[in-house]
Amino acid sequence: MSSSLLTDVSPTPGGPGSQPAQSFLDVRDLRIHFNTDDGVVKAVDGLTFQLERGQTLGIVGESGSGKSVTSLGILGLHRRGSAKISGEVWLDGEELIGASPERVRLLRGAKMSMIFQDPLTAMHPYYTVGAQIIEAYRVHHKVSKSEARKRAIDMLDRVGIPQPQRRVDDYPHQFSGGMRQRAMIAMSLVNNPQLLIADEPTTALDVTVQAQILDLIRDLQSEFNSAVIIITHDLGVVAEVADDILVMYGGKCVEHATAEAVFRRPEHPYAWGLLSSMPRVDREVRDRLVPIKGNPPSLINLPSGCSFHPRCPYAERNGIPCKTVEPALAEATPKHGVACHIPPAERAAIFKSDIAPNL
Amino acid sequence: MINYILRRLVTAALLIVAVSMVTFAIFFLIPKAAHADPAEMYVGKTATPRDVEATRIKLGLDKPIYVQYGKFVKGLVVGRDYDSGPTVTHCSAPCFGYSFRTDREVWPLLLDRLPVTISLALGAAVLWLVGGVGGGVISALKRGKISDRVVMIIALAGVSLPVYFTGLVFQQLFVHQWKIFQGGEYINFVDDPLGWANKLFLAWVSLALLFAATYARLTRATMLETLGEDYIRTARAKGLKERVVVGKHAMRAVLTPIVTIFGLDLGTLLGGAILTERVFSLPGIGKLSVDAVNQKDLPIILGATLFASFFIVIANLVVDLLYAVIDPRVRLS
Repeated sequence: MSSSLLTDVSPTPGGPGSQPAQSFLDVRDLRIHFNTDDGVVKAVDGLTFQLERGQTLGIVGESGSGKSVTSLGILGLHRRGSAKISGEVWLDGEELIGASPERVRLLRGAKMSMIFQDPLTAMHPYYTVGAQIIEAYRVHHKVSKSEARKRAIDMLDRVGIPQPQRRVDDYPHQFSGGMRQRAMIAMSLVNNPQLLIADEPTTALDVTVQAQILDLIRDLQSEFNSAVIIITHDLGVVAEVADDILVMYGGKCVEHATAEAVFRRPEHPYAWGLLSSMPRVDREVRDRLVPIKGNPPSLINLPSGCSFHPRCPYAERNGIPCKTVEPALAEATPKHGVACHIPPAERAAIFKSDIAPNL
Repeated sequence: MINYILRRLVTAALLIVAVSMVTFAIFFLIPKAAHADPAEMYVGKTATPRDVEATRIKLGLDKPIYVQYGKFVKGLVVGRDYDSGPTVTHCSAPCFGYSFRTDREVWPLLLDRLPVTISLALGAAVLWLVGGVGGGVISALKRGKISDRVVMIIALAGVSLPVYFTGLVFQQLFVHQWKIFQGGEYINFVDDPLGWANKLFLAWVSLALLFAATYARLTRATMLETLGEDYIRTARAKGLKERVVVGKHAMRAVLTPIVTIFGLDLGTLLGGAILTERVFSLPGIGKLSVDAVNQKDLPIILGATLFASFFIVIANLVVDLLYAVIDPRVRLS
């Protein structure tokens, strides 16, 4: 693992003295808050992570945990009026949060790009698939239409769309779900982005197509040596492709480690819950999945202390600090960060007795 | 696609036939039910019963209603002869009959008035499209800001104030008080384009204000909805300039409902803008209809009504066909 999971970057967001990043993508203390009539929604609250070229980071969490908001924040797609963004995002040595919108626009779609979920709504219904890919290419390349068209056909071929010369003139609604997602990927990759963010790229697809799409992303990643962030609520997806996993809860990172570590030896009770509720083929069929009780927290009124404590089965046992003190992300073992008040020894014991047998 | 067009054309033709039946029934059955005699209306108050009877036969009003309707349709399609015994007058197709008051053929009368109505409708349409859609876009982009409020207040005023109010106020101020525009007779475009525009301008503005309000609101609502769409986010994610995102990607979607109501509004207006033509004394189809109603001139009312419904049916057809051009998802089905 080349990506450093926990670096001791002191949280001085946006300060003039902040050091340029060492990693290809370096997100430091990212906070994205929205002012609404009901109060301030802290969609992302102090997120820090790094990612190297050629590596894949899986961001996992429930709906409303801040996954998508994070990715839109990195791309600079939040409206500056409604969203209050602080912290730093360094991409290849360039800071993006403080950069001019025009500068970020030039990077968007070229150096960093995004695959959206649900390509039926994410592609414009009134333009052909080809026209949309051509447009994406020509924003960042001064080439003729016919050249861009060749590139579009080439990309469609690359992502495995049969008869690309003909399909390039089809509209999105004439594609099947899996084909649309491929076309979406072709559009995102047309400028050979070095950072690719895939937001639930397989959510609307059936399992066989899911596997094909993930293979495709992996192939293209190794070809271009891009850094990839895969956002999902599906642990099965990240298990397949991610090098590192970042578990988000209530806008914060609660666990961050290599994929292997998160699957083999998860530290946070929320990660335990996620794993216990994941169906697995190697498990006895008669075993029931164990859901996480309760609902995701309101991002306006986060629970005091650890925001997971109302749903945590071990909070009572551990006592006061869970309800009053916000746990900091700390290394449980080297390169395995977890934000939990339960003492490591006790966590290990609980995992061994309660969790591991059911996984 | 060809099939679709053919099917739509047939439907449109059937619709026009149906409308002609209903209008015919209204204008010839209702007088009968009210014991008013069209023949009496035609000859005037001083005529003798013999004259009335002769007219009845000449107009074919003595025949059953379906025969009358058949003759009416025949007149529309191939022309019609009116036989009053000693003289036969031929009325060539499309024959809507003769005015009860002036004895002139209805069709040339309608054609004569059409340029005025078209001038009024098209001029106003340009203004309200530019003003309404432009205002709506500004309003949507500046949502909640001062410019949004201003546009929406103007829109509210525009939709609330009737033409006979704004029209009269405009005339009083701009023509009589400040003498910026001239009053007086309508001027043909071919005779004097500037005079034509000068005479029509206030009418355009009054009429456009009414429509622009609706368009501004519709544009604002659709634009706000569209800007929240996923494909707009995708357009931004490609790195497109905001101008392209709004002007190309969002406008394309906003256009669809605008084209729909624009086609229908224009079609309706081509049948005559009754209030505006009356207030500005423009001799268009609307004014012709109002005058005809006042004088109980049945053939003109019938002709103008059919004429207007023809435009509405055509407008509907054009909108449907345009839809297939604008929205590729319509094309296949």
